[in-house]
Amino acid sequence: MTLFSNIILSHSKIDFLFLWSLRALALSAGGLLLLVIVFLFHESWPYLTQIGLANVFTDHGWFPTEQSYQLTPMISGTILAACGSIFLAAPLGILSALFCHFYAPPFLSYWYRRMIELLAGIPSVVFGFWGLVVLVPVIAAWHPPGPSLLAGILILTLMILPTIMLIAHASIRQLPTIYIQSATALGLSQWATIWHIVLPTSRIGLLTGIFLGLARALGETMAILMVCGNVVQHPSHIFDPIRTLTANIALEMAYAVDHHRSVLFISGLLLMGLVIAFVSLAEILRYKTTYALTQ
Amino acid sequence: MRLLSKTIRETGATLLVWGTATSITIPFLWLIGDLLWHGWPQLSLNFVLALPHNAGREGGIGPILVSTGLIVSVCMVVALPIGLGTALFLSEYTRNNHMYGRLIRGSLDVLAGVPSIVFGLFGNAFFCQTLGLGFSILSGGLTLACMVLPILIRTVEESFRAISQDQRLSAAALGISKRATILLILFPAAIPGLLVGCILGLGRAMAETAALIFTSGYVDRMPESLMDSGRALSIHIYDLAMNVAGGNPNAYTTALVLVGLLLTINLFASWIADKWTTLNQLPT
Repeated sequence: MTLFSNIILSHSKIDFLFLWSLRALALSAGGLLLLVIVFLFHESWPYLTQIGLANVFTDHGWFPTEQSYQLTPMISGTILAACGSIFLAAPLGILSALFCHFYAPPFLSYWYRRMIELLAGIPSVVFGFWGLVVLVPVIAAWHPPGPSLLAGILILTLMILPTIMLIAHASIRQLPTIYIQSATALGLSQWATIWHIVLPTSRIGLLTGIFLGLARALGETMAILMVCGNVVQHPSHIFDPIRTLTANIALEMAYAVDHHRSVLFISGLLLMGLVIAFVSLAEILRYKTTYALTQ
Repeated sequence: MRLLSKTIRETGATLLVWGTATSITIPFLWLIGDLLWHGWPQLSLNFVLALPHNAGREGGIGPILVSTGLIVSVCMVVALPIGLGTALFLSEYTRNNHMYGRLIRGSLDVLAGVPSIVFGLFGNAFFCQTLGLGFSILSGGLTLACMVLPILIRTVEESFRAISQDQRLSAAALGISKRATILLILFPAAIPGLLVGCILGLGRAMAETAALIFTSGYVDRMPESLMDSGRALSIHIYDLAMNVAGGNPNAYTTALVLVGLLLTINLFASWIADKWTTLNQLPT
């Protein structure tokens, strides 16, 4: 279509203006990312230049009143919660997708997928509230104190499972039907078909879902803030309370000034870097799949 | 022997898959059931309209609903023109491998993955401080607009791309200018997709909490202008649950209202999407 536009369509001044205003709007949308990054850097700049990024790792603890800002406990908390939840959500999500495709009768499959979509639409603050009033007391009865890494992992699992399941579902649906028909014709059992054909051929889609889920788990704030206890420490076991980078920002931003504020923006930059890395990985994988399918 | 182990494997796999499905259904039903069980008895027209008293322990959520509505409206009024323009540009004026288009698409993909709390930091630094808007409904709405832009653009762009190429070629064959083609032919055909995009963006904006804590603020009075601080529904739930002892009953009812609103919005979006696909499949 762009091929024809220069030759066939009549060009008037207004067309020209219209195109340039669209270009400007697109530029403003595309430039937004740059603006966000610039402002995060701008706010972290005082700490980065006057004290240095290394101190965030080498200070002796998180004591904002004593000018000591060590982020490592929060980083370990964030990574443990995200990895723990992906460890649970990835198999559960993929098995759910398999359930919809191969095991469930059609009406059940439809409603199950609807339910997962609903789950994806529930706001994180509601998950956090439910975790706080239902899940945390259950864990406390089992092994005090209750608000813990475990509670965070369980709530995060519920939240990222829909992402993984829906992407896995879509990528399994894209598989050529002939693969499965051939497997059936060769007399392969259902699980053998899944294990040797479905999972290997859709692995890129499954990985994409996992990376996007991981990105979401790393950036999740409200639910984690409400169920994890927010104690600054390296957890020694799964029932210990933790504080994540996101929760730290949400808790302290309201009264942070000077270097304290700068460090919170640095943790925002760190989070953004991690998330960009995972989203780009997922995008590269997705690009590869579309390329492989069109070949 | 091999046959036996095969049977065991098959049965094991079937049990595992069904077990997974059940183990996910249980917490889901538990969550929804819990909200309904504790929230439904207090839900009334009075609760929806009344002012909150005693830090929200008593009374209703009237001003909070108004603030939420205002924040979401600011968000959509700002995001819609930018989103629509960008989507039009990406679908009608760039080829897939065009450098400029790819750059914009890439940055939007990354933007879609940025955690909401980071948008909150950005909003606080840019809208509240640099632009001097302070903790206000306007700052909150603008921050949310940045957040929903990627999802809005993607849905709208897809709805433009879904329009048959024949329509563009026929218009070109008739000598209709490109601007007229877009405004008079493509735009009306894409309206359902546009609506779906708006509704999805609206839902995402309404569910958001982290980006609003330090942009639109906590004040639970009735807002008098866009420059007032206003408390969104999601922040009300957070505040009642975490900072107000004895706030749980009202938090339950507020959560029920929020989830109910979001469900209605999503159902409406999928209803439009379904209707639209059946319309498009009709023989012409």
